[in-house]
Amino acid sequence: MLTIHNLHAKVVGKDILRGINLDVKPGEVHAIMGPNGSGKSTLAGVLTGKEAFEVTEGEVLFEGKNLLDMDPEERAGEGVFLAFQYPVEIPGVTNNYFLRASLNAVRKYRGQTELDAAAFLKIVKEKIKILQMPEDLLKRSVNEGFSGGEKKRNEIFQMAVLEPKLCILDETDSGLDIDAMKAVADGVNALRSKDRAMIVITHYQRLLDHIVPDFVHVLSEGRIVKTGGKELALELEQHGYDPIKAGMAGIAD
Amino acid sequence: MSAANLWDRWRETMDKTTFTNLFTPFDRDNAAPKYRALRQSGRERLGSLAWPTTRCEDWRFTSVAPIVETTFALPVKCDDLKLPAATNTLRLVFVNGRFAKALSAPIAAGLQVGSLADAGANVALLAQIAADKDNAFTAMNTSFLCDGAYVVISDGQVVEQPIEIVYLSRSTDKPIVSHPRTLIVVGKNAQATVVERYQGDGAYFTNAVTEISLAEGAVLDHVKLQQESLQAYHIANTQIVQGARSTFTSHYLSLGGALVRNEVRVRFDGEHAESTVNGLYLASGKQHMDNFTVIDHAQPNCASHELYKGILDERAHGVFNGKIFVRKDAQKTDAKQTNKVLLLSDDATINTKPQLEIFADDVKCTHGATIGQLDATQLFYLQSRGIPLDAARRLLTFAFANDVVNRVKIEAIRAELEERIVR
Ligand SMILES: Nc1ncnc2c1ncn2[C@@H]1O[C@H](COP(=O)(O)OP(=O)(O)OP(=O)(O)O)[C@@H](O)[C@H]1O
Ligand SMILES: [Mg+2]
Repeated sequence: MLTIHNLHAKVVGKDILRGINLDVKPGEVHAIMGPNGSGKSTLAGVLTGKEAFEVTEGEVLFEGKNLLDMDPEERAGEGVFLAFQYPVEIPGVTNNYFLRASLNAVRKYRGQTELDAAAFLKIVKEKIKILQMPEDLLKRSVNEGFSGGEKKRNEIFQMAVLEPKLCILDETDSGLDIDAMKAVADGVNALRSKDRAMIVITHYQRLLDHIVPDFVHVLSEGRIVKTGGKELALELEQHGYDPIKAGMAGIAD
Repeated sequence: MSAANLWDRWRETMDKTTFTNLFTPFDRDNAAPKYRALRQSGRERLGSLAWPTTRCEDWRFTSVAPIVETTFALPVKCDDLKLPAATNTLRLVFVNGRFAKALSAPIAAGLQVGSLADAGANVALLAQIAADKDNAFTAMNTSFLCDGAYVVISDGQVVEQPIEIVYLSRSTDKPIVSHPRTLIVVGKNAQATVVERYQGDGAYFTNAVTEISLAEGAVLDHVKLQQESLQAYHIANTQIVQGARSTFTSHYLSLGGALVRNEVRVRFDGEHAESTVNGLYLASGKQHMDNFTVIDHAQPNCASHELYKGILDERAHGVFNGKIFVRKDAQKTDAKQTNKVLLLSDDATINTKPQLEIFADDVKCTHGATIGQLDATQLFYLQSRGIPLDAARRLLTFAFANDVVNRVKIEAIRAELEERIVR
């Protein structure tokens, strides 16, 4: 589904991604862990088309198409979704309005008919239950004044409504209390299917107890330095990144 | 050129045309004889005034030269104008300044709402509120006064349904001028909602004056929707006098016109009155929109909240001038002024000028102005959810306007604005 080959990217002239290789197949869940500043959000941003990031080398194929050639909205239409580490507040646009505009834009891109208010509401009611999100959040401006946890839940709620093929979750677990974590994990798990892949960026084993990954990758200084199964996450939780970094010392640059 | 000269020139063109034929029975001297004295006084005033130039402090950023240099023809009669969708059934329609009975909805019995030309029009306060002492455009409006709208709400009367006044303009081959006059009087503890609309086709000049009086405890919600043609000039002076404990809320939405000046003047004439003065102006192309507001805290214990938002695209030029006067005895004044501008292009310009003159010491006065562009992070967020860049820009533009739009209580108007901004 997604093939990343030797991906290099810069931000304001600084090399952040320095040769990423990753292959994600439908149905798989990949966890990406790594120290602060290692480039995890940058990778997510490059995959979704954030302008600030300049790709200097490498390629990214999504279902055989060159993802890097597409505008952000086209990538969303193709089925790439990022649950942001820091969801953006948009005062003056209600969540409801935004979500309908978004769903209809994506449906249009996919050659489906646009939904009227009633049909849209039906979908929304169904999904909002899974995430146990209070309905009044729909009537409020997008993320404005939402608590940290509400924002994260709102991201997964959008994901549930848009039904993307590739879900990228950037630290969706940070800032969530135990119940919210469970609700978010349930929301994500409800979306797991053999056709859908997930990339879960996290610092904690906790989320991975709920969303069990097929692979765990460690990103350090812009490269994937270690890949393992779900047990790698536990190992990192116990020993931190230092042993891996130490192992890398001779290889870097 | 002096105002008097211009007036002479216009009169000359008028006299040369088939003035009497077209205007009968509305010609300036034969029409509405009851206003002859008022017209005369307006004309005299005009004779003593000069047109404002950009050397006048209050007109620094707006030149009226394009108006002064145009020779306007007389209004012609036309019946085939498109009417905006009705937001209600209480509606007065004026075409080129004249009451068009056939296009208007019958006014319910018990309401003093109608054409100023009506024999029974209640016009006790006409020309008592708008000051023409130093306002040539207002003096000119008065010197042509013979028709317009009046809305008089009796003491204690509560009119739920909005009263809509539509001023339509249409030129044929030459630009025409009209001088719409509106008088709104809300009696003691009475309540009403009034919508003024200005629209038209072609090149023309609308020189509007609206006078509003709120008696003790009166409540008025006032919407003005300026959607003139893109070749039109629109100069409007709206003056409001508020009695004790009255509540005035306005939403002035300015979308059309090539050269536009919206003047709003609120004066508190009693204590514990409240005024909310909101405005939204949208300009693109080479439109010029000047918003000039004056809030005169002439009495203690009054509150004013002013929120003006401008959205300027392409080569549009916006002006916001917000004066707040707090007189010596106006203690416990609470005045707040906010002006926000969204620039959608590098070529759009805005001049803003808050002007607070405070002569009382126990007052709360704040003002703030911001000028900004669309937020790249927000745009990316919308795009990442599949919304194309263009639509994302329009959505964020609407979001910017939304706090002004949302306060309009008439849903049909909110929908109209949304349609205009988002689609
Ligand atoms: N817009 C930007 N301008 C300047 N530097 C940036 C920008 N975006 C990212 N960076 C830098 O790129 C590096 C990688 O950042 P990134 O956000 O990808 O890290 P991360 O792995 O997601 O970290 P965290 O775990 O803290 O979320 C950091 O050093 C960061 O400061
Ligand atoms: Mg990050």
